[in-house]
Amino acid sequence: MIMSWMWLIPALPLLGFIVLATLGRRMHSAGVAAVGTGSVGLSMIASAAAVWLFWVSAPPGGSVTVTLWQWVSAGSFSPSVSLTLDALSAVMIMVVTGIGFLIHLYSVRFMGGEEGYSRFFAYMNLFVGSMLLLVLAGNLLLLYLGWEGVGLCSYLLIGFWYADPENGRSARKAFIVTRVGDVALVVGLFLIATNLGTLDIATVASRAVSTWAPGSAIAVAAAALILGGAVGKSAQLPLHTWLPDAMAGPSPVSALIHAATMVTAGVYLIARTHVIFTLAPDVMMVTAIIGIAGVLVAGFSALAQTNIKRVLAYSTMSQLGYMFLALGVGAWSGAIFHLVTHAFFKSLLFLAAGVVILAMNHEHDIFAMGGLARKTPYTFWTFLLGALALTALPPTTAGFASKELILSRVWESGSGGRILWVLGILGVFVTSVYTFRLIFTVFGGKPREASPSNHPAQGHDEAHRGALKEGLAAGRDGRQAGVIMGVPLLILAVLCVVGGFLDLPRTLGGSPFITRFLETALPAGNHATEMPLSTDSILQIISEAVSLLGIPVGWLVSRRAVRIVTQTRAPEARPGFVRFFSGGMGFDWLYDRVIVRPFLWLWNVNKRDVADRISDGAGGLNMLFSRALRFTQNGRVRWYAAGVAAGAALVIAAAVLL
Amino acid sequence: MASVPFEYGLAVAAALFLLGLVGVLVRRNLLFILLCVEIMLNAAGLAFIVAGSRWGQADGQVMFIFLLSMAAAEVAVGLALILLLYSRHKDLDSDALGVGSVQDEDERQRLARRGDA
Repeated sequence: MIMSWMWLIPALPLLGFIVLATLGRRMHSAGVAAVGTGSVGLSMIASAAAVWLFWVSAPPGGSVTVTLWQWVSAGSFSPSVSLTLDALSAVMIMVVTGIGFLIHLYSVRFMGGEEGYSRFFAYMNLFVGSMLLLVLAGNLLLLYLGWEGVGLCSYLLIGFWYADPENGRSARKAFIVTRVGDVALVVGLFLIATNLGTLDIATVASRAVSTWAPGSAIAVAAAALILGGAVGKSAQLPLHTWLPDAMAGPSPVSALIHAATMVTAGVYLIARTHVIFTLAPDVMMVTAIIGIAGVLVAGFSALAQTNIKRVLAYSTMSQLGYMFLALGVGAWSGAIFHLVTHAFFKSLLFLAAGVVILAMNHEHDIFAMGGLARKTPYTFWTFLLGALALTALPPTTAGFASKELILSRVWESGSGGRILWVLGILGVFVTSVYTFRLIFTVFGGKPREASPSNHPAQGHDEAHRGALKEGLAAGRDGRQAGVIMGVPLLILAVLCVVGGFLDLPRTLGGSPFITRFLETALPAGNHATEMPLSTDSILQIISEAVSLLGIPVGWLVSRRAVRIVTQTRAPEARPGFVRFFSGGMGFDWLYDRVIVRPFLWLWNVNKRDVADRISDGAGGLNMLFSRALRFTQNGRVRWYAAGVAAGAALVIAAAVLL
Repeated sequence: MASVPFEYGLAVAAALFLLGLVGVLVRRNLLFILLCVEIMLNAAGLAFIVAGSRWGQADGQVMFIFLLSMAAAEVAVGLALILLLYSRHKDLDSDALGVGSVQDEDERQRLARRGDA
């Protein structure tokens, strides 16, 4: 099976980006929307066709590689620009283009009338193109190109409303913090390239197995460096602090980049290089610990947030923590399955939150909301389905199936697995509490007095989306999301309900479709002990019970929080532990003390170093010359004449004498 | 016909040129500067004539005719400019006219006078 047209999949969104970047300003907004959404839609069709062909006639070795051209040729190091379609990248391109298309469609309306409409779609298309390049790359160097591309787009889109300096600060923070991880990744790539002599992923995998001994220092170093990159991109401890601030971007950006796709690139990277991780069991252990720590830290932080999008951001970190936990115990396909279902429900939650925020006139504070279930029922029901999927409760199946797959594999993974499982169940409980606290606060109770939007980020769109906003604020029933924004919500809600059937746990009949599909790319992993079906059922019942218990607790928390907040809206007056959690457990504070301030101190000390003296000296010398020459430009015509005469005399004297 | 020696002619031309140059440099009145420029031009013209006669070529005299017509044009433009300057500033001092601050003061005084009137 030859699919030479596979390059179209990333090329179409990139073409859309080029068209919008060059002609976007002169295009009508309908044209911008058509190009922006259409290019991703066509890419989705191409992806579906490619995956269908891949499915009906499974290629030998489980992957198709299309080499487009030789990128560089330097001695024995000659990376090629090649695209590889295997089961893993097939799942990823369907998620990226499918969710990407729905979010582009939603943005057509959401961003309507916004200044920089074409800029928005240009960035979004560039993002989708880079992300597809990342997941289709058959070469780690090309993967790194896509990796940096999505990082750039993330930066550009977080700072989309650049008029507010605070958004620019958030964008820079995201860029710099992920950069720390990127440096680790690039060093890891150097290590692999020098040790194995290639960056081609398939060759790296086979050579790593044959050259590196399991647990050897070099394998551990390579895996740890790759993990560093993944931790940065996927906002895991300790490089997670950028994600909550990344919520400064528009809601569709949060849905696409900071929930469904880009932040899962780290999970994809680890799954892609799982061979190296299998050679370094210690690093896998660290991955699992980072994952479970992320689940709990982010979960508790989400409990104390007052900004609806920050709750969802911490929730994303927490869910990514489950994926890392799965990777850490070798449940590769479990991690990828959770990635898929998380993309369904978290993008749904963000898009629905976007509608809520529009309906509340750009209010992000959940305590200024309330009673929205009656005002915006359509959004409420879709949001509720997303939340049920997040907490793995029926009638949705998506979150349930993937979470149970991960937790049962964690239980099976040797002796430490039991501890990880208990912590994971605690995470399930916390997830349920913060989710239902959010729902009861935002949608429950009576509508609160809507305060005038005091969010500085939204100062720019005074004149923005007039008709839409009025329609939303008036709460015109049923139509508040509009058809264009409503359809993506509906599709995602349906996916949340049925998504679990992709891979039902065996207690419910079992249909391990995804696991089997991924088996050609990702090994099923080493079941230490295949537990009996009854144990599995008991574990799942416990997890469901804990999740259900979260509902009343979440209700109590929301009541109490409302009381605390209505007594005093000043954040300083809240109890200390609330402030600790709402600040993300003090990581920002710690980094400020340990990294930022010492750096600024050094900078201050070193401000006038030798290099500066040299450049200052050059400047000073120039000033001196300028002051001297300024006397010749005095406006006295006779001095000029004298100058001409002296010059002529000099020339003649030189001609005569020399 | 006894001809003036070539060197004498050139020496006169050089002397005239220097006189003109010194005049341009030391005089402050624009009218005199213009006159001195004319003297320098004539010095150059004389040098052409002398050189032409030295080598028995008509080119020197041709160049002199050119110079003469150019000088006429220059005087026409120069005098017109000087007249205009004088009518604006009631002054032909090149230093006073050239330096910005003085010029501004002139302008201010003129405007003040206009305001009084």
